[in-house]
Amino acid sequence: MFDLRDLYLQVIVDHNKAPRNFGVLKKYNRDADGYNPLCGDKLHVYVHVNDDHIIEDISFEGEGCAISVASASLMTEALKGKPISEFPDSFERFQHMVTSDINEDPDEEKLGKLAVLAGVREFPSRIKCAVLCWHTLKSAVEDSHEIAKTE
Amino acid sequence: MFDVKKIRADFPILSQEIYGKPLVYLDNAATTQKPQCVIDAVSHYYEHDNANVHRGVHALSERATADYEAARKIIAGFFNARSEREVIFTRGTTEAINLIASSWGGANIKAGDEVLITHMEHHSNIVPWQMLCNHVGATLKVAPINDAGELIMDAFDSLLSERTRLVGVVHMSNALGTINPIESIIEKAHAVGAKVLIDGAQAAAHLAVDVQTLDCDFYVTSAHKMYGPTGIGVLIGKESILETMPPYQGGGDMIRMVTFEKTEYNDLPYKFEAGTPHIAGAIGFGKAIEYIQNIGFAAIGRREKELLRYATNKAEVFNGLRQIGTARDKACVLSFVMDSVHPHDLGTIVDRDGVAIRAGHHCAMPVMQFFNVPATARASFSIYNTEGEVDALFAALKKAQDIFA
Repeated sequence: MFDLRDLYLQVIVDHNKAPRNFGVLKKYNRDADGYNPLCGDKLHVYVHVNDDHIIEDISFEGEGCAISVASASLMTEALKGKPISEFPDSFERFQHMVTSDINEDPDEEKLGKLAVLAGVREFPSRIKCAVLCWHTLKSAVEDSHEIAKTE
Repeated sequence: MFDVKKIRADFPILSQEIYGKPLVYLDNAATTQKPQCVIDAVSHYYEHDNANVHRGVHALSERATADYEAARKIIAGFFNARSEREVIFTRGTTEAINLIASSWGGANIKAGDEVLITHMEHHSNIVPWQMLCNHVGATLKVAPINDAGELIMDAFDSLLSERTRLVGVVHMSNALGTINPIESIIEKAHAVGAKVLIDGAQAAAHLAVDVQTLDCDFYVTSAHKMYGPTGIGVLIGKESILETMPPYQGGGDMIRMVTFEKTEYNDLPYKFEAGTPHIAGAIGFGKAIEYIQNIGFAAIGRREKELLRYATNKAEVFNGLRQIGTARDKACVLSFVMDSVHPHDLGTIVDRDGVAIRAGHHCAMPVMQFFNVPATARASFSIYNTEGEVDALFAALKKAQDIFA
């Protein structure tokens, strides 16, 4: 049986306790709000995309469960320094990982550390916690003024 | 003697395992489980009596009508309504409140008037009044609560005035367990000429309610929190007020005579029951009330207090746990947050031990805002819960702490 420890892997517990890239950026040119009305998770992401279209800096702040905080922390880590043009693919890859069949192994080579969140597939009510930050970043990148939701 | 084993045997769902552990169902404030007699009443109706009510001349329709109306009579007796004309079936508490806001409120609340509710209301007793106030230009006033999650009565008194048209107050808070002093609230509201709506969604399975002694104008509740089916509830209103109210929805059953020029409305309670109702639900509701009556509120109250005390004692000595809602007069609800674990993670973790609790804002976001928490975890107890199940909850909470240690 799928064990709780597979959801709450040490990496996730660590990122929850000490989230990376937490707080407001001094300099940013995109940002957006994300909100999950069902559980009250709230977050805000800040992105600074430089003239070379590289995500020079990225951060988040807010409150939420361990899965949503760890996911946001891991996301910022994974995307910092990457070209903004790669974001749609990263988004799709993550979205696919957390909604794919449980027997499908995550593409660890491409996903890197993000693969630790593959466990949420076993916990359908928690998938939205993992994807909230990604949807929020998507609306920041697309410069949408809508608050991102995962519902 | 309260025989919890015997009661548990009445609820077939309770004997199952979740992830190989016995189910510990502690989400009774969201919805209660259903005893076999209610399940049987619903299936018996569909197996033997299914027909539309109030219109067929055939045997099935007569039986369906008789059973539907018999349920109304049981409910009238349970709440001590003056007559069955005061008992209106709705989809639940939410629809009942919307009915009152739309029909009574629409006719009686004008610009400059006030509606007074409390800070511990469920969204269903906030939003309909907000909508109405916005629509007519009235003001929504909110009576504050203290750190224990009790209504501050002095503040309530000072918010009450001759401008107050309606006081809407929850009998028992679903998020905190607080039981409000509705007797004195009703008396005070009536003294300034306001009508009173009591939201009994959380209370009606736990406390005896006598609408005549209370003298409340409207009492509303849902069957599914009282061991009955979902999708059915009731509005009990004073006949003298219901008579003056315009219909809520138009359609079949609520009419006496229809021409394209004019419609003559049906008598109470049918005036407010447009369309084919949830017949099986009403019948199941009646059966659920008989089930409660057979156990009796004296026994229910004693047992639930005992269980809450047991759980509260454990919560008080549990390291890193903060209770949200510690009212002196409180029932059946243990709402809490933990230092190191978000309520949502708690919910997932204890679920893997078969323990079902609620994690979230409990459809009472203003309560969360007051206590400055995004959400709480909530264990809510019922007549079929045991001390062993409370132990299972706390063992699972310990496990959650360990994961995040």
